Order: sequence, then C-alpha cells, then structure tokens
Amino acid sequence: MTAVNPTAPKRTLPAPDRTFLLVLFFIVTSALLLASHNQDILNGPLGNVLRNPILEAVVVSLFLANVLFAYLWRAAPWAKALVGLGSLLFVLPLAGRADTSLLDLSIQIMIFAALALGLNIVVGLAGLLDLGYVAFFAVGAYTWGVFASPRFAELLKFANENPGAAGGPTLLLGVVTMLAGLCLYVWFQRRQFDTRAAWIITVALSASLFAWFWIGRSIFTLGEQLWSPTVLWLIFVPLIIYLVTLAVKHQRGAEVRNDLLGLSRIISGLAGVVGLILVIRAINLFIASRAAGLESGIDPNFFWLFLAISVLAAAIVGVLIGLPVLKLKGDYLAIITLGLGEVIRVLANNLDLYTAGSQGITPIKSAAVPWFNSLAGFLGFTEDQHYLLFLYVLVLVVVAIILLVNVRLDRSRIGRAWIAIRDDEVAAQAMGVPLVQTKLIAFATGASFAGVMGMIFAAKQTFISPESFNLFQSIGVLSMVILGGMGSFPGVILGATVVTLLNLRILPGLGEATANISWIPQQVNPGQLQRLVFGAILVAIMLLRPEGLLPNKRRVLELHHDENQEDDSAEGNAGALGAGNTGDVYSPGKAPIKEDDRSGGAK
Amino acid sequence: MDLATLLPFLVNVIVGGLVLGFVYAIIALGYTMVYGVLQLINFAHSEVFVTGAVVGFEVFRILAPNPMNGYLKLLIALVAAMVISGGLNVLIERLAYRPLRNAPKLVPLITAIGVSLILQDVLRVIEGFQGRFDLTYTLPDEFGSKFCAAGTGCGGVGDFLRTIGVDLQVKDVILIVVALISLTVLNYVVNRTRLGKAIRAVAQDRVTAGLMGIDSNLMISATFLIGGALGGISGVLYGMKVGTLNAYSGFEPGLVAFTAAVLGGIGSIPGAVLGGLLIGVIQKLVSVMSVLGEVVGSENLKTIDDSYSKMGAFVVLVLILIFKPTGLLGKSNTEKV
Repeated sequence: MTAVNPTAPKRTLPAPDRTFLLVLFFIVTSALLLASHNQDILNGPLGNVLRNPILEAVVVSLFLANVLFAYLWRAAPWAKALVGLGSLLFVLPLAGRADTSLLDLSIQIMIFAALALGLNIVVGLAGLLDLGYVAFFAVGAYTWGVFASPRFAELLKFANENPGAAGGPTLLLGVVTMLAGLCLYVWFQRRQFDTRAAWIITVALSASLFAWFWIGRSIFTLGEQLWSPTVLWLIFVPLIIYLVTLAVKHQRGAEVRNDLLGLSRIISGLAGVVGLILVIRAINLFIASRAAGLESGIDPNFFWLFLAISVLAAAIVGVLIGLPVLKLKGDYLAIITLGLGEVIRVLANNLDLYTAGSQGITPIKSAAVPWFNSLAGFLGFTEDQHYLLFLYVLVLVVVAIILLVNVRLDRSRIGRAWIAIRDDEVAAQAMGVPLVQTKLIAFATGASFAGVMGMIFAAKQTFISPESFNLFQSIGVLSMVILGGMGSFPGVILGATVVTLLNLRILPGLGEATANISWIPQQVNPGQLQRLVFGAILVAIMLLRPEGLLPNKRRVLELHHDENQEDDSAEGNAGALGAGNTGDVYSPGKAPIKEDDRSGGAK
Repeated sequence: MDLATLLPFLVNVIVGGLVLGFVYAIIALGYTMVYGVLQLINFAHSEVFVTGAVVGFEVFRILAPNPMNGYLKLLIALVAAMVISGGLNVLIERLAYRPLRNAPKLVPLITAIGVSLILQDVLRVIEGFQGRFDLTYTLPDEFGSKFCAAGTGCGGVGDFLRTIGVDLQVKDVILIVVALISLTVLNYVVNRTRLGKAIRAVAQDRVTAGLMGIDSNLMISATFLIGGALGGISGVLYGMKVGTLNAYSGFEPGLVAFTAAVLGGIGSIPGAVLGGLLIGVIQKLVSVMSVLGEVVGSENLKTIDDSYSKMGAFVVLVLILIFKPTGLLGKSNTEKV
C-alpha cells in the first residue's frame, strides 16, 4: 500500500478538483439510465439491445457509481450534494416510475446495505466473526410477519380453543415472574457473594425454577411444546449434570463461585424470558376474546410501532445468543453462531403454529400511508408502484439513520472499545474495557439493524419462509462486508451494492443469456453460481486485498503490519500518524478518504 | 410396551449410531489434525469429504458393468478418493492458506469459508456437465444384503447377532472394518513413525520444530494430505451409508463432525474418535425419539421429529463450548499475552 507506506514521499498536493467531471458523469449516467428504462425507447428500434440484462446491469452500476464518486472525489460541496441526493431522491425514483423492477432492486440493495452495516459492527469493528447473522434478520421478519398476516388469526383461534388459565392471573404471574427474574439478574450482576452463599443461591434458584415449571405445567394447559416435560428435561438434566461437576470440582478445592453466580444469572434470565412468554400469552388471550376483524392480521398502522418492536426483539435475541457464547473467540465463535443461526431456522421450520413451518407466511401487510399514496399519485406513479415507492423512501431513511448511528457510535467511547477488543482482547481488558458488556452491545446493535430490515423485508416480499434465512444468506452478507472492507462504512455499502447487483442482476442476466446454449446443461446455468461468486470474493479479497475495496485506514495499517514494521522501528510513530495527513487516524470513521483518493481502490 | 421389544430397538439404535459415528469420527479426524497444526478450522474439509464421496460415486458408476469382485471395486474407490481428496486438500493449503499463515486469525478462517463455497459449485458444475445433480450410489449387489443372514453359515456371529436383535447390513460391517483399519494406520503413523513425530513437533511449536531441522511447510502439507485422504475415505463410506448425496450435502455432516471434534477435544486424535461415536449415537437417538414416543406412549416425545436430529448436534456443540470448551479429552491452553 503506497498510501500508508511511510517511506513514500509525502504528498503535498491535494487531489485535483473534479467538480466538473462529477457533474458531467452524473448527467451522462442519469440520461443513460432514464433512456434505457423509457418505454418509448424500449419499444423503438434500440429496444432489443437495451433489454439485454447484462447491459442493463452495467447501466445501473454506472449510475450507482455516481454516489460513490460523489463520496470519493474532491469536488465542490454543492456538486456532491446535487449528485448524491439527486441520484437517490430524484433520478432513481424517476427511472423506477418507468420500470418498477428498478425500485425493487434499489430496495433490495439498501436492505442488504443495512444488513452489511450491522454485520460490520460485529465483524468489522468488534472483530467477532458471526456466521449466523441472518437469524436476527429472521427475528425481525417473523416479528412483523406473524402479526400482520392471517397467521395471527390462526394463533388467536388456537388460543381460544386452548384457553388454559384465565387471562388475568396469567398476566399477573407473567409480569411478576418477568420482573423477579430481571431484578434477580441485576442483583447478581452487582453483588459479591462468598462461595457458600453462591451455592445456596444457585441450588435454591434451580429448585424454585424446577418447581415453577412443574406447577406451571399442570396449571396452564398450554397445549404447546413450550411447556412440555421434554423442555423441562432439556433444561434440568444439563443443569444438574453441571452442578454435580461443579460440586466435584469444589470438593477438590477449585474456586467455583464465579461459575455458580454465572449459573444463577442464567437461571434468573431464563425466568425473565418465561415470564415474558406468559405475558405475551396472556395478551394473546386477551386479544383473542375480541378477534373480530383480525382475520388478515393486525391493523397496518401498527407498522410504526412494530419498527421499534422488531429492533427490540432482534436486540434481545442478540443478547440471548451472545450471552452464552461470548467468552469464546475467533473460530469457535464463528462456528457456534453458525450453529445457533441454523437452530433458529430449524425452529422456524418446526414451530408450525407460529411460523406455518416450511410453507411460510403470506400475505404480509405493509404500512398504510394514505398521504404518501396521494403524493405518489400526484407525482405520476401508478397505483401498484405506490407501495414500492413508499418502501424505497422508508429504507432510504432507515439506512441513513443506521449510517448516522454507525458513524456516531464509531467515534464514541463504545466504538473505541470495540476496536480495542478487536485488536487485542487481553490488552483491552487490562485497560479496563468490560469485555462481555462491550461485546454484547456490539451483538445487540448489529442485531437490531438486521431486525428492522427484516421487518421491512417481510413487508416488501409479503412472503417469508425459513428458506429465506439460511446460512447462505449470512455468508452473502459477510462477503459484502469483506468485499467493501471490514470496518469501513462506505466500503460496506459499496460491497452490499456490488454483491446485490451481481446476485440479482448480473448472474440471472448471464443465466438468461446462456439458457439457450445447447452444450450447457440446465444444472450448470451460470445464473446459479452464487456460491462460486461469493466464495471467490471471499478468497480473492482475503488473499489480494484483505482491507477491502474502500479500506479503513486503521485496518490497512493492521493488515500490512509486516510491511511497515521496519519503518515503525526506525521512525517511531510517524508511520501511523503521517499516513492520513491528519491526526485523525485513531478514529476510522473520520479518516478523510475524500482527500486520499489514492487509496480508493474502485477506480 | 414391554422390555423385550424395547431392548432390541435400543440396541439397534445404538449400533446404528455407532456405524454413523465411525464416519463422523473419520471426518472429525480431518478437522482435528489440521486444527492441531495450524489452529485453523478447515471449513473446506466438508467439501474435501464430498469430493471423496463424488469420486467414490464415479468409480462405482464406471465399474458397475464390470463383473469384478465388489470388494475390489471398493478398494479402487477408496484409493482413488484418498488420492484425489488428499491432493485437493494439499492444493487448498498451498494456494489459499499458506500465503495467509501470518495474517490475523479471522483472515484464513474467512478464506476457508470461501474455498468451501467455491468447491461446492465446482463440484456441482463438474457433475452438472454430465447432467446430474443428485448422485445415487450404485453399490455392488453383495453390499446390500444382510450381514450373516440365516443359513449363510457364518456360525456363532450370526446367531449372536440374531439373539440380541441387531440388524446389520454388509455395507455397515464394511464401514466399521474400513474405519477401524484407517484409525489403526493413522494411529501408527502419528505415534510410531518419524513423520508422525515431526508432525506432532510442528503442532506443538512450529518455530522450535524448524530450529530442530524439521521442514514445517512440508509437515503441514503432509498433515493436509493425511487429513484429505481420511476425508476421501469417509466420503466413500458416507456415500455408501446414505446412498444419495449432492455437491452441497457436505455441510451438514461436516458440521456434525466438527462438533464431534470439539466434543472430544479439538486437536486430540482419540478425542475425535470418541466424539464422533458419541455424536453418532446421540443423533440416532434424537432421530428415533418420535418412534420411542410411540413405544413408551409419550405424547411429547412424539413431537420430536427427525429434523431436530441436526439441532441435537448443534445443541451439544453449544453446551460443550459453554461448559467445557476443551472437550472431553482435550488439554486446556491458556492464552499467553
């Protein structure tokens, strides 16, 4: 990397001003895009050429490169604003008016951009390789999908047929259990106990939880697997085995207090979750009694509330998955998150009542926004496009918010803690960074982005099934992060755009183009070579340019540490500080890439 | 239902689990050996293993019209699978992992995932050009029959098996025998030969081993060769056992085998075998839970269907990693600053 090599002559000249070039490029590509999606021209003599899927993908890519160049090149601020906002807010919707699939594609790109930004926090900033990331996406999607579809009516019907205990007491019990669990959890977090007290607490808690389950089983005939003895044994047999091994260790003189307290925390957390389930169940029953008008799901105006709920739900699942696994690192963490992601998918496949199993849930409602529809109608969009245009604007806003949150987080105390953990866990801990807490925040933040986008995805597709959330999707998102550059926000968005274009346009285009060639059997249609492409991206980037296409400064220094090492010893810190021409390299989000176009590898 | 019918049922489940477990054990050895020398989870091992299965399929398919002895065909299939899978594994190491030997830990791991994906599609394309996707093994006739069926005159063994109600096919027995032979040979190579000693030295401390005159790159290649050859063997055995597979079906057994390696203690060879056998039995038990529920008359057991058997392995993995990350036979290593 010449850009960071301290022995390279220092650059004194700023990058050339490219305002004119930028505006010119914007006008040309916009014209191309609009022309190639104009029905009149498409029906004319050029139509057949323009309809070629590969050519179309190229035109769309060129157009999207606008935004990238507006970010990368040095140009007047007004030109940057014009090109960036003009492309996204004006030209793209305009072209989408003529060709709805373009809107669809843009929404997909932005959904994946948000996912990649979320995964970037976990993988790029905190350095925790999560291979089950799509699980959070699934949580968000099912949160909305279950409620805003006919599935909800099925659920209510089931609740009516299996009332169990009456609504009121169940609600009370649920609230009490939940609060007790949470209070206990916090209490354990804050207090010190000696070993004897820890033993008493843990055994008492385990016993009371067991009793709770046992009594609860007979009182509430929930008729659902959740309450069955199988679950009871699944929880308690390992618990008892673990307690016994701890007792043996204790006998041999080992210190077990921390394990016991950890166990108590887990149990109280479990009680909190059980309480939550009871509360949900009670509310469910309550709604069931006034089920009229809910056959096709809840009122679409709840969409806005559910945006918040899906964020919360995904964050909670992120914490729940994170809690047990975060003391592992590196490859173990990768494989265990992969496993847990698959577990969530298998659960979605098997909890037929809630998720309709492999059939999937459909149709899922979207938000009802009459004022937006009339606005869209005023702007000349047809009836069936209103809904997509609304989602387009929504994802645009959400991605902007997510990006803002990312940038702010990155420069905050917690962002620096993440980077410290990624670089050296032991050293970070020694400097007073609370490991578990910081990692959990990373997990929860990353998960919440996926959750909100999962919900929008469900609303857009109107159909979700467990197959939309398989391991392969996680790897796709990972390859976006890797391609763009771990830890670099613009890079990650670029990665998401490139991979999504490849996946949705270029590969299917190739597949279409080669479909009629006789010597290529159906089984090897290039349209299905996603795995090869994703794998090649992962391997090629890791081998050739591990910092990604639009790298993050700090990451470059880290990954090319060997090459810089001699210079470091000779020139002290000058190498690291001199690289960016500013003192800001310690906070990667601030690195002034716009002035440093030599490291922008996209050209 | 009484004990007299339940007992043979359980015995069969355990025997079936052990047969499956031997396959897992050999795959797990591939993971554990590579992990031992490089501390890298070789994600591509599941595809190396499927390559072995595909090679086995091709050999059996090409030799199907040939009237030669079935065992000879099996031998050819095993040798071909060992050579190709072993070579492939060495190639992967040379091209994808060696340039990244000193990179941060996430980098080779991500590369491994990428290699795994590439291999999946390459395999699919190779078979796809011949118009195939799902590959169904055409085994020689004698492999499908029942082991020591009544009247075949294999004496006390058959009687004994019938008494305890075990239902074994010839291919299951072949599987166990091949697995045992390869485990013995591996044990000999690793523990009794100079090569094995050198590999163990590299696994312990690469730099010091280099100072003692051991070519660590060569030893790492040798480890990948052995691991890949084991993957090839297990591929053929797995193909014989399940009958039908495709280019993508390495993922699941690969993950289960990895679980087995972790369960036994990753890096430990006897651990991998123990873990494989245990996981095999556990998986088989979970997958027959619904039948067991039928037998004991428990409503709740009936609801656990076969799809949970995959989850069983994951749950074991999670529990092991949380409560005993070093595995059953592994040694703990504290991180040094």
